[in-house]
This record gives sequence, structure tokens and C-alpha cells, in this order.
Amino acid sequence: MSKLISIKNVSVSFRDHIALHNISIDIRKGAFVSVIGPNGAGKTTLLTVINGLGRILSGTVEVFGRKARPLNINKIRKRIGYVPQQMAVDPRSPVSVKEAVSIGRFGIIGLLGKWTDSDEQKVENALDKVGISRLSEKPVGHLSGGEHQKVSIARALAQEPEIILFDEPTSNLDPKAQNDIIKLIERIYSEKKYTIIFVTHILSHIPHSCTDVVLMKKGRIVKSGNADDMLEQKILSELYDFPMQVSIVHGKKHFHAGHFHTGHSGRGDGNV
Amino acid sequence: MQGISILGIQAEGTAMFEIFTYEFVWRAMAASILGGITCGIIGVWVILLNIPFVGIAMSHSAFAGAVFGLLIGVNPLVCSLIFCSIAALAIGPVADRGGVSVNISIGIIFSFVLGLAFLGIGLMKGPRTEALNFLWGSILTVSYNQIVLLCIITLLILILLILFYREIMAVLFNRDIAKASGIPEHIILYVLLFLCGITVTLNINSIGGLLIFSLITSAPLAAYQITYDLKTMYFLSALFAVISCLSGLFVSIFINVPSGALIILVSSMIFAICFVLSPKKKRTKAYGPS
Repeated sequence: MSKLISIKNVSVSFRDHIALHNISIDIRKGAFVSVIGPNGAGKTTLLTVINGLGRILSGTVEVFGRKARPLNINKIRKRIGYVPQQMAVDPRSPVSVKEAVSIGRFGIIGLLGKWTDSDEQKVENALDKVGISRLSEKPVGHLSGGEHQKVSIARALAQEPEIILFDEPTSNLDPKAQNDIIKLIERIYSEKKYTIIFVTHILSHIPHSCTDVVLMKKGRIVKSGNADDMLEQKILSELYDFPMQVSIVHGKKHFHAGHFHTGHSGRGDGNV
Repeated sequence: MQGISILGIQAEGTAMFEIFTYEFVWRAMAASILGGITCGIIGVWVILLNIPFVGIAMSHSAFAGAVFGLLIGVNPLVCSLIFCSIAALAIGPVADRGGVSVNISIGIIFSFVLGLAFLGIGLMKGPRTEALNFLWGSILTVSYNQIVLLCIITLLILILLILFYREIMAVLFNRDIAKASGIPEHIILYVLLFLCGITVTLNINSIGGLLIFSLITSAPLAAYQITYDLKTMYFLSALFAVISCLSGLFVSIFINVPSGALIILVSSMIFAICFVLSPKKKRTKAYGPS
């Protein structure tokens, strides 16, 4: 399969803190890549390198076969959906759910472009796909955490991207909302076959459809490869510097940190 | 009916409506309406971008420009526009290159222009009344040329708002999301800041450098209390600002007090009324922590 993203020798620093150390990785079209690792591993920074939100110190990033540069980064971004970590929205914000989702189309249309019926339909479809059509006229600040994440996913879908970047979309959500979001991501992947990069620090939130796993620690890629091979007890224990246990119950992988059970659900491939 | 006082000239009570025969009153009304519309619209940007002190920074830039204009014998308004434009265009790049928030960048620019203004005042010889007038403002002394400039900036703001409404909304909602969606967020933000600077400069004569800060925050904040719709917020904010300016103007004519101060008091009262009656307040209470 063709390479969609190619990151070569990329370093990123925030002042004197090096967030990414000379990392290199290729991601093929249609892959579902989960990026895992402890806090401060550089997972979110890796996502921002791909869509150009983060500024790189050295190295090169190629997306869709084009080297990402300040002059062409907007063109690249239009083809990448981005679902950020849950963000705070002022409850009095004068923006409706539908308007917040429509933002996904604005970049595609471009400055002075015309908003057409087709754009309207794409926004409606995105709202429908994530199941929040009934909330479309509601102020976006009035939503729950799970609904907020659905708005972000709908915005990414409205963009009709080729890649979607998920940055810990399940963090700070209650178990039901977490489950809803994971199922939604699974469904989007199975229907659309977008290339997905999914960042999480909660192993039990890695979706079942995940094909590849990238393990990060202290700004470096420690290991990467097939999901089944990477989600192994020994590898995970080394990654987190903590004894991790992996058990399979009813064909689903469950992850435990030492004696403390952390998993609410797990991967259901049962092949390991 | 009691007599009225216009710029210190006492008029008989029966002549109340005769004020409309004075050309300067019509100019003041035009400045009120145009100033209200522009301040109301840029105020929405200021509030939703959460950069309330941009007004203070811009007014002091304009003041510093006016002071240096008077010092070197160049039209103070022209110098104000130049200073303000440079300051407004510097805010965005200072924030982006320096890796600091826009508010911090505004603080840096504000300190710098304040230093320049004080330096200019220190270098001035003789009375500084003309320079200090820029801080207080007087809507009754607005010239025809300033009305023309206000017309131009009002039209420019309205045209840009209509043409780029979607992109501006995206930037006001969340800059990172706008950027990630492929919107040229930097350009939009810099243009908004530039328009803020120009608007403040052109209104500084009528409302005053110190008081304009209040107008561009009170009017949109009042609108923010009562609507969840951005278009309605623009409309209400401009309406409240126009009402503040016109009522401040007429009351100041009749009781002979500074117009700028009254404009701000009226806009603050409108905010207080909207705050008390706000339907959002009840809703926020219901959603907020107990």
C-alpha cells in the first residue's frame, strides 16, 4: 500500500524542552494507527506535526506526497480532519452545533467561496452520521462532554478528509460516552476506510479495528508494528516502566496495571 | 422649558429643536451612528477573542501617534493612524513568533506605546491640552473629514464582515480548529486586529482614548448576555453602541457635561440591564456548579 504520511528525522522543541527527538515513521493509506505511551511521550505533538499545527525544528514531513511547508500547509490541512482533546466552550457562546460542524467545510470552500446546497447536505450528513442531528440548532456551549466530541468528529467528517487525527477523544468522558465514541470511530473506519491516527493513553480505549500501534516514550518512537504484536505484556510493561498484565476474556483483550484493574473494555480480535 | 447649553452657548427653551439647525450637531450624530456601528462590531471580535485590552492598547497607540504628530508638526490624526496600524499589525506576529498569547502580546505593545506617549508628552513645550484632548475626546468637535473617514471604515468593516463572515466566525469560535480546518487563521486574525486599531483611532476624537475601551466591551457584552446567535449579537452590539453614543451626545448637549463620559455611562447601564435580565444567566446557573 502507498505511503500517505512520511515523517523523517523530525525534532520538535518548545523552548528548551524537546518534545520529539529525531523521529521517523511512515503511515500507509487506509491504516488505523493507535499511538500510545505515558504522559509527556509526545503523542499529541506527533499529531500536530502531521497537520502543521506544531512547528518542527528539523526534519521533513510529507503528507499526500507533498512536503509540508508554510505555503502549502493549508492545502494539506483541508484533507486532514482533526478531533482535538475535549475543549472547554463558554456556555454562552453564540455558535450553534450546526455552525460549529460547518467550520469543517469552510477551509474546503476557501475564502470568497460560495456555500452551496451540497455543503449544507454534507454538514447534515455528518450530523446524522454521529447521531446529533437533533442538537443541530442548540448552542454548542450547552453540550455534554460526549456530545462535544461528537461535534468535533462531525466537523472532521464534514470536511470529507482522507486522514482523521484523533487526539485522546475519550479522555474526561464517562464510561458510556467513551464506549459511544469508540464505537462511532470503529463504524467510521469500517464504512469510510479513512486513514486514522488515534492517540490515547488508555489502552482499553484502543479500538478493535486498529491495525498498527506506535509506542512512544519521552519524545521518541520506541517501537511500532502490527497491533497484535505490539499489545503484549512485556512490551507494554517496558513502555510504562510498570508491570502490565494482558488477559483475554471472551475473546477481548483486557489490560491491567499491576494489581490495579484499569480496563473497562478491550480489543475483541482474540488472536493473540 | 429650561434653557439649554451647547458648547457653553445658552439657548432659550423654545429653541430645543433648533439644535438640529447646527451643522456640528449633525456631524456629531453621524459620528455617533458610525462610531456606534464600528465599535459595536469590533467589540464582538474583542469579546469573543477574549482580548478586551486591545482597545486600551490601540487607543494609547493612537494617543502616542497624536502626541508625536503634534511634536513634529504633522496632522495628529495621520500620525495616530500610522502608529495604531503598526501596533495592531505587530500584536499578531509578536504573539506567534514569541510563542505567547495574544493578550500578553497586547500587554507588551501597550507598555511600549505608553512609554512612547509619555516620552512625547515630556518633550512637548507649552500647554499639552491638544494632546490630552485625544484621551478625553469630544463628539461635538468632530470634523467633516473625520466623518468621511468614519464612513469609509464603517463600509470596509461591513463589507469584510459580509464577505468573510464564515471564516471570521470560525476564528472567533476557536483559532486552532479554524487553522486545522484549512482556514488562513493568521490572516483573518491580523486583519481583525488591524481593523480594531483603525476603528479605535478614528473614534478617538469623538469618544476619547480612555473611554472607547469601555464602549467596545460594554455594548457587545450586553448583547452577549441575551443572544445565542452570532448575527443577532453583531446587530444588538452595534445597536446598543449607537444608542449609547446618541443618548450620550444629546444628554451632554442639554446638561453641558463631557459627551464621552455619558456615552460610557449609558453603555454601562445597558450592560447592567442586560446582565440582570439575561436569560443565559438562569441557564448558566442551572448548568454551573451548585
